[in-house]
Amino acid sequence: MFESIKEFASEFFVTGDPLIYGADVGIALTMIAIVFVLTYFKRWGWLWREWLTSVDHKKIGIMYIIASLLMLFRGGVDALLMRTQLVMPDVEFLNPEHYNQIFTTHGVIMILFMAMPLMFGLFNIVIPLQIGARDVAYPFLNSLSFWLFFWGAMLFNVSFVIGGSPDAGWLAYPPLSELSHSPGVGQDFYIWGIQISGIGSLMTGINFIVTILKMRAPGMKLMQMPMFTWSTLSSCITIIFAFPILTVTLALLFLDRYLGAHFFTLDGGGNPMMYINLIWMWGHPEVYIVVLPAFGIFSEIVATFSRKKLFGYKSMVFALMSISFFSFFTWAHHFFTMGSGANVNAFFAITTMIIAIPTGVKVFNWLFTMFRGRISFKSPMLWTMGFIPCFVIGGMTGVLLSVAPADFQFHNSYFLIAHFHQVLIGGVAFGYFAGLYYWWPKMFGFKLNEKLGKWAFWLWNIGFYVCFMPQYFLGLDGMTRRVSTYGWDMGWGPLNMVSTIGGFLMGIGFLFQVWQIAHSIKFMERDTTGDPWNGRTLEWSIPSPAPVYNFATLPQVTAQDEWWEEKQRREQGHKPAPQPPLEPIHMPRNSGIPFIKSLCWFIAGFGFVFDWLWMAIPGLAGVAICMLVRSFTYNTDYYIPVDEVKRTEAALRGSV
Amino acid sequence: MPTAWKRLSALLTLVLTMVLLSGCSDPLMVLDPKGPIAAQQRDLILISSLLCAVILVPVLIMTFVIAWRYRDKPGNKSKYTPKWEHSTKLEAIWWGIPIVIIGILAVITVQYTHATEPSKPLESEKETMVIQVTSLDWKWLFQYPEQDIATVNYLQFPADVPIRFELTSDAPMNSFWIPQLGGQMYTMSGMAMKLHLLADEPGSFFGSGANFTGRDFGKMNFEAKATTQEEFDAWVKQIKSDSPPLTLDGYEKLAEPGVTQEQSFSSFPEGLFNKTVNKYASSHHHGEKESSAQEPEGADKKAEETDSGAGGHDSHDENHAGH
Ligand code: HEM
Ligand SMILES: [Cu+2]
Ligand SMILES: [Cu+2]
Repeated sequence: MFESIKEFASEFFVTGDPLIYGADVGIALTMIAIVFVLTYFKRWGWLWREWLTSVDHKKIGIMYIIASLLMLFRGGVDALLMRTQLVMPDVEFLNPEHYNQIFTTHGVIMILFMAMPLMFGLFNIVIPLQIGARDVAYPFLNSLSFWLFFWGAMLFNVSFVIGGSPDAGWLAYPPLSELSHSPGVGQDFYIWGIQISGIGSLMTGINFIVTILKMRAPGMKLMQMPMFTWSTLSSCITIIFAFPILTVTLALLFLDRYLGAHFFTLDGGGNPMMYINLIWMWGHPEVYIVVLPAFGIFSEIVATFSRKKLFGYKSMVFALMSISFFSFFTWAHHFFTMGSGANVNAFFAITTMIIAIPTGVKVFNWLFTMFRGRISFKSPMLWTMGFIPCFVIGGMTGVLLSVAPADFQFHNSYFLIAHFHQVLIGGVAFGYFAGLYYWWPKMFGFKLNEKLGKWAFWLWNIGFYVCFMPQYFLGLDGMTRRVSTYGWDMGWGPLNMVSTIGGFLMGIGFLFQVWQIAHSIKFMERDTTGDPWNGRTLEWSIPSPAPVYNFATLPQVTAQDEWWEEKQRREQGHKPAPQPPLEPIHMPRNSGIPFIKSLCWFIAGFGFVFDWLWMAIPGLAGVAICMLVRSFTYNTDYYIPVDEVKRTEAALRGSV
Repeated sequence: MPTAWKRLSALLTLVLTMVLLSGCSDPLMVLDPKGPIAAQQRDLILISSLLCAVILVPVLIMTFVIAWRYRDKPGNKSKYTPKWEHSTKLEAIWWGIPIVIIGILAVITVQYTHATEPSKPLESEKETMVIQVTSLDWKWLFQYPEQDIATVNYLQFPADVPIRFELTSDAPMNSFWIPQLGGQMYTMSGMAMKLHLLADEPGSFFGSGANFTGRDFGKMNFEAKATTQEEFDAWVKQIKSDSPPLTLDGYEKLAEPGVTQEQSFSSFPEGLFNKTVNKYASSHHHGEKESSAQEPEGADKKAEETDSGAGGHDSHDENHAGH
């Protein structure tokens, strides 16, 4: 009996690697600490009532952001482990299997469990406030999306200590990802983790499209929407076309692995090339999904911190929308070297180059917003300034990659790694950092410490160039991606060394950000104005943090940059328009169902991963029960009485 | 700001030193081509970099100048126009210039794409030599049908002779890459891809597998050596005399996952390459099509046919027609 338990445990848990034992201990200690703290301070009920069951978009946004920063930490540690291995290619710091697992999880985590949720977090916090709405269109669904992401990500993450991580790369090309070449459970964790959270992403896409189209404050025309709202709209439109492709692709891969179907195997009439086409039909739009909102963030920040209207609003909107559209016609540039023939390659080379035009043009619009402005270099603006050169260089190397015959030399090399990190870190990470610094006071009511922020900024930026510039040269010198070892005689050692140093500089930059947050929570002064940056859009017209109902009375919009115009009017001595009398506010009720239902998905997913039907079936049953319960719940909303609104407003504004 | 500038210049110096450092040691492989295909690719890389620099450099300069000039400090006398938000002329310029540049780049790209199309035979007075390449887990098998020898993880061929590499895989898709001779090409089960390369001069080049295939993929490097015709002939003779033959059993063993040293074989089973291709292709809907890979003659003819034909319908398209 004991023997069989021991044997089971040694297969169930990942064993044999000191790094993983270390992580085991770390995870166990953290969990114990969390349970202890919650119990000691009697916070379980609070946690459940105020957070886990919340349908408040602002709280959901904050939970997204916390989860994604944790994932950034994990993905970052993975990155540094890889970089460490690459400076000592002859030592097995990470053996090849482990290295493969790490770059796979790093890629998946960074894109799907760091960038996506950070983006959704910002959507959630900002969009309703920016368009003058009290909530998103479907608050319950919104909470469900979050918890699906959360439990999907958890499912993916446990593979690290239970059963084994996937190791076929972040896009899992077959046949490597098929049962024949990846018999372990890692690939199943990959499928279910992404699948569960992917459904959440799709629903978020729908939710925000409807929110933006239907819930804008009275008077706000489409062409008066703030730029971040536009970028969210274009990103969400791309989501609803791209994510179904991912869902289907992974479902087919699951059928291959689980039921022995042959969609992507060469025996039985399938074809791996089909998978590669499908996965990139999602994968390429995906990179635009995450970068488009960053463009919106920069537009907001550049205008605010230059104290000037955004230059070329219309051409910006046009650029965003055309990027969404064109992103679906470029996927084949990921396999120019598959021999599709000169004409096919030329076609996709050109469609790829075309997309560089609207992407690049926006930079001019930002520059001319700054031109003849008054630029103050607060953290959000600093990150925007850091972004511009980084993204422009990264974009340029992207154009180089799109030149098909030249790509025969760049493809799968470190040149590519350098390129996509330059756009992903310089564009996406820096962009979302800028957004976080910008909207932080709106979320929490205080700004982050500028001094520590500057340190973080410079460490990240210098670290970035030190880390990734050498990789362009490594690529031109024949070093391929995903190698964990190489001969010293290749002469790649020194550049890899430099690169790793840069990686660690960024790691230190991240620690500075953690310190900055901790320090600011403790020492920063409350922002009582609600408008610390002298902002231009509606979210700055209400107190920080915003009350549950956001706007006591819905704003009436007459112009682009409504809040700025309003401030101008007040400055010129116009009285604010008379406010209509307060009315009771209609709000959705909290619900535990999204949490429980997603947890059931987690259980079902875990069951499928290990092929334990006794676990999968109850999990799925739980999902079904949750749906039933929800459809028989009639008491889903309530009204906040006028008195309470008055009291809240007085308390919030009293100190103004 | 001054400290920021100091930091920035420190950074720029660092980047510059790095560039210079990497410039003085051995030249970077891709920028040091030893064959016509790689040379064209290098030219293309340089041309497109220059074209991009036409935009990149002004933008970088503008960014710094504007950020400096319009920074918010007391007494900054530069103009301030908070409401200025549109100028058709300016917008036309910055939509126009990139469009023109991308237009030029597109034309160049199309030309080069056809010029360097891998399935297109290279022009030369010398007759094309065939080498059949199979990617295995985790090693490369090279078969020389005309010489009837085979090697593992080692490649030798005469310089100045155009080589037609026929590529397939008996393992997950890999990518065959000898940077100094030309860009990579995927090796895929069930089909025979073509890659034409030529070495201008004798030399020893680095080759590798560029597409991830699992555990020991990082060890799939090989030496590609171009020698004179005499040396090559001598080398073939040597292998004929002192290496064992590759049997079918031997191939099965070789194909098992694992790494090996360089090996050579005095002969290989007749039609092994096509068997490997057809092993997967036979289960394709369009198995008949793959017969083009059956004998090198036929395959060659077909490649030429398609090149002179409607254009672009290369062998791979054909192979994939039924997918
Ligand atoms: C913070 C500093 C980062 C460092 C030092 C870093 C480093 C690395 C390294 C060493 C690899 C593996 C290269 C290889 O051997 O193939 C890699 C791959 C990758 N990284 Fe990062 N990375 C960082 C941030 C990011 C971010 C922010 C993202 C996305 C938003 C990202 C996305 C990816 C992806 C998609 C891959 C490819 C994984 C694969 O090949 O399957 N990385 N990164
Ligand atoms: Cu792409
Ligand atoms: Cu193919």
